Amino acid sequence: MTVDSTAGAPTTAPAANDGPADAGPPELVQLLTPEGERVEHPDYSLETTPEELRSIYRDLVLVRRFDAEATSLQRQGELGLWASLLGQEAAQVGSGRAMRPTDYAFPTYREHGVAWCKGVDPLNLLGMFRGVNHGGWDPDEKNFHLYTIVIGSQTLHATGYAMGITKDGADDAVIAYFGDGASSQGDVSEAFTFASVYQAPVVFFCQNNQWAISEPTEKQTRVPLYQRASGFGFPGVRVDGNDVLACLAVTRWALDHARTGQGPVLIEAFTYRMGAHTTSDDPTRYRIAEELESWKLKDPIERLKAHLVREGWADSAFLESVEAESEQLARRVREGVRTMPDPDPSSIFEHVYAEGHALVDEEREGYLAYASSFASAAAELTDGEDD
Amino acid sequence: MAVETGTKKSWTMVQALNEALRRSLDENPKTLVMGEDVGRLGGVFRVTDGLHKDFGEERVIDTPLAESGIVGTAIGLALRGYRPVVEIQFDGFVYPAFDQIVTQLAKMHARALGHIKLPVTIRIPFAGGIGAVEHHSESHEAYFAHTAGLKVVAPSNPADAHWMLRQAIASDDPVIFLEPKRRYWDKGQLDPNGAPELELHRARVARTGTDLTLIAYGPMVKVCLEAAEAAAEDGLKLEVVDLRSLSPVDFDTLEQSVRRTGRAVVVHEAPVFLGMGAELAARITERCFYSLEAPVLRVGGYFAPYPPSRVEDAFLPDLDRVLDAVDRAMAF
Repeated sequence: MTVDSTAGAPTTAPAANDGPADAGPPELVQLLTPEGERVEHPDYSLETTPEELRSIYRDLVLVRRFDAEATSLQRQGELGLWASLLGQEAAQVGSGRAMRPTDYAFPTYREHGVAWCKGVDPLNLLGMFRGVNHGGWDPDEKNFHLYTIVIGSQTLHATGYAMGITKDGADDAVIAYFGDGASSQGDVSEAFTFASVYQAPVVFFCQNNQWAISEPTEKQTRVPLYQRASGFGFPGVRVDGNDVLACLAVTRWALDHARTGQGPVLIEAFTYRMGAHTTSDDPTRYRIAEELESWKLKDPIERLKAHLVREGWADSAFLESVEAESEQLARRVREGVRTMPDPDPSSIFEHVYAEGHALVDEEREGYLAYASSFASAAAELTDGEDD
Repeated sequence: MAVETGTKKSWTMVQALNEALRRSLDENPKTLVMGEDVGRLGGVFRVTDGLHKDFGEERVIDTPLAESGIVGTAIGLALRGYRPVVEIQFDGFVYPAFDQIVTQLAKMHARALGHIKLPVTIRIPFAGGIGAVEHHSESHEAYFAHTAGLKVVAPSNPADAHWMLRQAIASDDPVIFLEPKRRYWDKGQLDPNGAPELELHRARVARTGTDLTLIAYGPMVKVCLEAAEAAAEDGLKLEVVDLRSLSPVDFDTLEQSVRRTGRAVVVHEAPVFLGMGAELAARITERCFYSLEAPVLRVGGYFAPYPPSRVEDAFLPDLDRVLDAVDRAMAF
């Protein structure tokens, strides 16, 4: 798609007191309706082949299946916690597929679909939720940074990384993922400021899933979130976050905008968190069932499936093969988690510093001596029995 | 400032720090200097004077006035392979960046199981004694030293400031670099073409003595040296250990000193309660229990907000308060 500096520029939006933010956003970029009908948008076009659409569909299904498996594994006690992406597959797969391998993603803790698109093994994501590490993968291997739990912090890391890309004279770009709740964080505003001032090649991808645990978006903002960008001097776009094609097209445009030196873009992917905030949360305490039901009708996978079937691009054999593959993935994940070893307790002292630290060394030594005192006591006991 | 190899000359701490930054920028193209007013102005204390002109705005970066943003983007730059040296304009302004420093900078290497490194140096002019307004005189070293993943150092003189800054910048770990702002204009001998006398995290015996060990760092080293000089007139031989590194602490050097002297007084500007002195006293007691002739005493700021400048002299440890503690320790 061609880069057009006017495309995606903030457009007229309803006044803040026109009603709740989900009352029918007028400028929602959409290329695939909830019914699965392919529509055009004047600013964002997308050329796709049936093969590519099938591949996208596969990503969506596999990511959802992985997510469901992780939720089950939490219920079975294999994970301590899980943050489900249910409902946000299109926003993540669309934006994730828009990146080049050399582009870098800075995720929150819910970007399982982005990780999938970047080629990160899903098992890597589960270590922190099982409690065997705090992430632990090499971010540079797939250009996918570690999950960041403190809300909004990673937007600054993404911006700094993007500033470095500019200094390197490279044409890579960065996506900073965050949510509607994070939009209230000072770090996010500071990231907008730095990115704008230095024209850093970073795309701020906000998944507005309507809920920050129990707080609706109205508790975070009185203007549509995408409009925040105009105050910082860069374009903001609201895209149908359940439309994978629109997310792909808009993010691809935004990344090109950023990598060609035109500065950052804010994308607000308007979507819905279909599940709980995490497995520790109970959304029935704060939201009504009707809302969930209305969003079910906008399901990101169903609409692509309807489109593929209507166009004759997906037959039952294909759909079944994707299902089978998703079950295979679930099995692999299940087995992988169940056999994931606990770290040795002495690993607490590893990687605290890159160049070591006298106190860490001293405490490691103390711990090992203490721990081995039990081993030698047990050995003495065993020896005694032998006698 | 052109300097002949092998010759020592007199530098202020500001000049020594400036030369350290200059050489670090020169030696490694990935080194960056960033902060508020560090560019054209050269920093409010002129520590970055001339660097913007010589290295350009791509490497000596005037940032927006947002400390969390400065440290957060420095982390991102480090992830991209850069080696940022951040200036926080004054001690009391680091708190907006505290979250990024403590939750991100300190932990990211461990979070990644060592796959990534965070070579970020955060320079902070710290402590009081310059007659400043509120938030310009604080000693917050204990917060940082309490955080695993950070290294914390505080030089006391121009030569140490120079070499320790170069060592901190060369380190692959995040370093909080505390500059005693009231010593910025003190002079000392330095040959920047030479080599550092000590590793970054080693303490130095700044004055030898046999009766009691004074332990200090940053701005209080000078006070302790003056106290030792005054005590010598009364026949007391005080040893002064310049701690230099607050995390890690060179406990071996402390232990060796206190085992010989049998007495120790820790001096810092920060409030005594839960300050560095608390940890030092506890460790010295553990390591030197049978050598001690007196409890380890502490001299420091009071448990009150840093006072207005007209009365800061009452808050700050000075020669008399140090000697008062020395008398109490000797009387045990």
